[in-house]
Amino acid sequence: MAEAASHTTSYVRDKMLPQAEPPTLQKGAIKWMRDNLFSGWLNSILTIVSIYVIWAVVSDLFPWFANSIWRADSLTQCREIRNATVGADAPAACFAVIVDRWQQLLFGFYPREFYWRPILSLVVMLTALMPVLFPRLPRAALLWSVSAPFVIFFLLWGGSVWFPLAAALGFVIGAVAWRLVSAASGALLGVLAAIILPIIYWLYFAAPLADGLAGSVPLGLEAVPSKQFGGFMLSVVIGISGIVLSLPLGILLALGRQSPLFIINKLSVGFIEIIRGVPLIVWLFTASLLLNYFLPPGTNFDLMLRVIIMVTLFASAYIAEVVRGGLAALPKGQYEAADALGLDYWKSMRLIILPQALKIAIPGIVNTFIGLFKDTTLVVFIGLLDPIGLTNAIRASTDWNGIYWELFLFIALMFFVFCFSMGRYSLYLEKKLRREHR
Amino acid sequence: MTSTTEAPKPAFRLSQLIYDSRYRSITIQVVAMILFFAGFAWLIENTVSNLRALGKDFDFGFLWNRSGYDINQHLIPYTNNSTHARAALVGILNTLLVSFIGCLTATVIGVLAGVLRLSKNWLVSRLMAVYVEGFRNVPLLLWIVLIFAIMTEATPQPRDFREGGSAAMLLWHSVAISNRGVFIPAPIWGAGSGILVGIFVLSLVAAWYYRRYARKLLFDTGRLLPMVWPAILIAIVPTVLFYFILGRPVTLDYPTLGGFNFKGGLQIRNSLIALWVALSVYTGAFIAEIVRSGILAVSKGQSEAAFALGLRPNRTMSLVILPQAMRVIIPPLISQFLNLTKNSSLAIAVGYMDVRATLGGITINQTGRELEGMLLLGLFYLVLSLLISGVMNIYNNRIKLKER
Repeated sequence: MAEAASHTTSYVRDKMLPQAEPPTLQKGAIKWMRDNLFSGWLNSILTIVSIYVIWAVVSDLFPWFANSIWRADSLTQCREIRNATVGADAPAACFAVIVDRWQQLLFGFYPREFYWRPILSLVVMLTALMPVLFPRLPRAALLWSVSAPFVIFFLLWGGSVWFPLAAALGFVIGAVAWRLVSAASGALLGVLAAIILPIIYWLYFAAPLADGLAGSVPLGLEAVPSKQFGGFMLSVVIGISGIVLSLPLGILLALGRQSPLFIINKLSVGFIEIIRGVPLIVWLFTASLLLNYFLPPGTNFDLMLRVIIMVTLFASAYIAEVVRGGLAALPKGQYEAADALGLDYWKSMRLIILPQALKIAIPGIVNTFIGLFKDTTLVVFIGLLDPIGLTNAIRASTDWNGIYWELFLFIALMFFVFCFSMGRYSLYLEKKLRREHR
Repeated sequence: MTSTTEAPKPAFRLSQLIYDSRYRSITIQVVAMILFFAGFAWLIENTVSNLRALGKDFDFGFLWNRSGYDINQHLIPYTNNSTHARAALVGILNTLLVSFIGCLTATVIGVLAGVLRLSKNWLVSRLMAVYVEGFRNVPLLLWIVLIFAIMTEATPQPRDFREGGSAAMLLWHSVAISNRGVFIPAPIWGAGSGILVGIFVLSLVAAWYYRRYARKLLFDTGRLLPMVWPAILIAIVPTVLFYFILGRPVTLDYPTLGGFNFKGGLQIRNSLIALWVALSVYTGAFIAEIVRSGILAVSKGQSEAAFALGLRPNRTMSLVILPQAMRVIIPPLISQFLNLTKNSSLAIAVGYMDVRATLGGITINQTGRELEGMLLLGLFYLVLSLLISGVMNIYNNRIKLKER
């Protein structure tokens, strides 16, 4: 057949043609624009509207940035400089306020000569976070992560070095008690000992021990009261403490809510719903106005500590709901397999259920953390100086009376960097932990 | 002869309470119960002794005393001679108002942004990504104070609206955006306006019935009547007709400049605008993500199957994709509505008189009843949250996939 064709047809091409270029309208930038920007009338309209929006924003903001003034002592001086250089009505950002007050926005009223302490704490925190965030680092580094909170506490608040050490000793006592007692007489007694012994120690022995050591070997840094904390330092301290403390509490609450034990279940549900049903502001006011009613007469403790406790309880209720979602999303076979292996409740949770449930819950957990970090700005309403509160303080000075946008921009940028990187880390973690569809 | 051997009944030992899993759960629960009640009793005991030490009692009678303060935005009649309870009610209505309109606009913004972020248009999807990430990662409080600052600092003063001034009213001289707030025309309900409202409600019902009839006709006979524009016509035309037949019973009171401020019209305060706009765009960014993930969660095979059946793209969207996406979208959407409602308590930043500002703020300061006031405030938010989530759960159960 083929041969017959070769005889009857007048011409058969026996060589491949070289590939021709696509038509001009079908290649390069033009094709891309036709595909992505102008593929239909609706898309074209959308593109034009978007270009208009971008143009409106840029044309408004660009001169403001381009004319920005970085060196001045006050807003009036800023305006004088602007009038002299670009004209009276030209928009010009006065970033001199950031140059002048950035230390306050970052550290609040923390004593200037001690700025190295929060900076060092930040370094400590970052190095302590590394082994937690990146599991490839050696496991022994986790010991540093565990001790970091005490180091940071000592650095930030100062005072005698023996106080945080004495407090840390309680955890050591708990760990040792758990090792010894559970080896000798069973896990249950071990847990009891690990809870009761440190509490007894903290209530009756920690304070005298710290005082005694401080009396004989006075070692320490100058104390800084927490009402001098402010700015981003305050947000980060409250945020990170809340994050670190609320995760274990939230997991426990989620387990309680999934528990078949009636009373445990109802207590967890009640706690979670009550906390979640009421806004954080109301809880913060409760902490500042009402906590004195609920505690024994005469007790009065630091406002910042109260805020941390409230923020922790608040976030833990939200974490509990997220983790519950993860627990519920796990196939029932996993629970049954854990039971079939003969694992007891805590072992099955620790080894089988929670690692998978937490993996599912990671995006939600990180979102809760981002929310918690953003919510630290609310402490301004009970008298702590968070960054937004500091903008009011800065405006209250005669130099910078009437300045808004530059401060807001700076604060927004700081929060954005923090929260956005948290979100990106959660995406990285999700990708790394994904086991299926590889 | 067969004999059944009785299983030996071992005597109950105390150690079984800990080591026997049949009894251990009871032990744990009893211990938890005791600890809970002990802690609760401890708190009550402390509170009672603290109150006694301060010479206070626990009494809600203060609610019926004269409040003695003014509230600048009240939806129901209120003067400073009204009671604290009425002040609380005014605050509650203000909270509900901003939450309600906030939820509406946030949903609209969120759905638009979520759909547009999935658009094939590169520029639009990037723009929406910037919007979503920008608003999600910056505290709501900052947006509220920022928008409030824009409203009070960057808008013209009322005197700029005078002849030859730098500012002008929008929309044919009916809307003025000034640093005292936004002034819009206020409707004046004249004689016969009740009839007009009644007619409007009736025509809405009629439109609903028309849609139901058209749908039934479609399912029974396969005849497809147009649904959208007749329904809109039914809803609007009679009202417009009767508006003129009754001799224009509803007129508008336009804001006019008088002295140093606007007179007449309806003043929407900057505090409400700032709170409303900030809540809407902030929550809208979250809703956009929810909508996007909901649409992405519907597997591609569904739309391919719909196309294979010959459905047009917009019918595919409304009949196949959206009903399935809604199942994924609704539960997180509910919690966003709840968040918005709770976040409306940030009104404190701009001085909007919500329930936290009246009941939980001025009333507490004036009467010194922190405990009672905060308790009522918490209770209000709790009940509101439970109500919203209850209603939404009913809806959620109705549209849930019925597995048989």
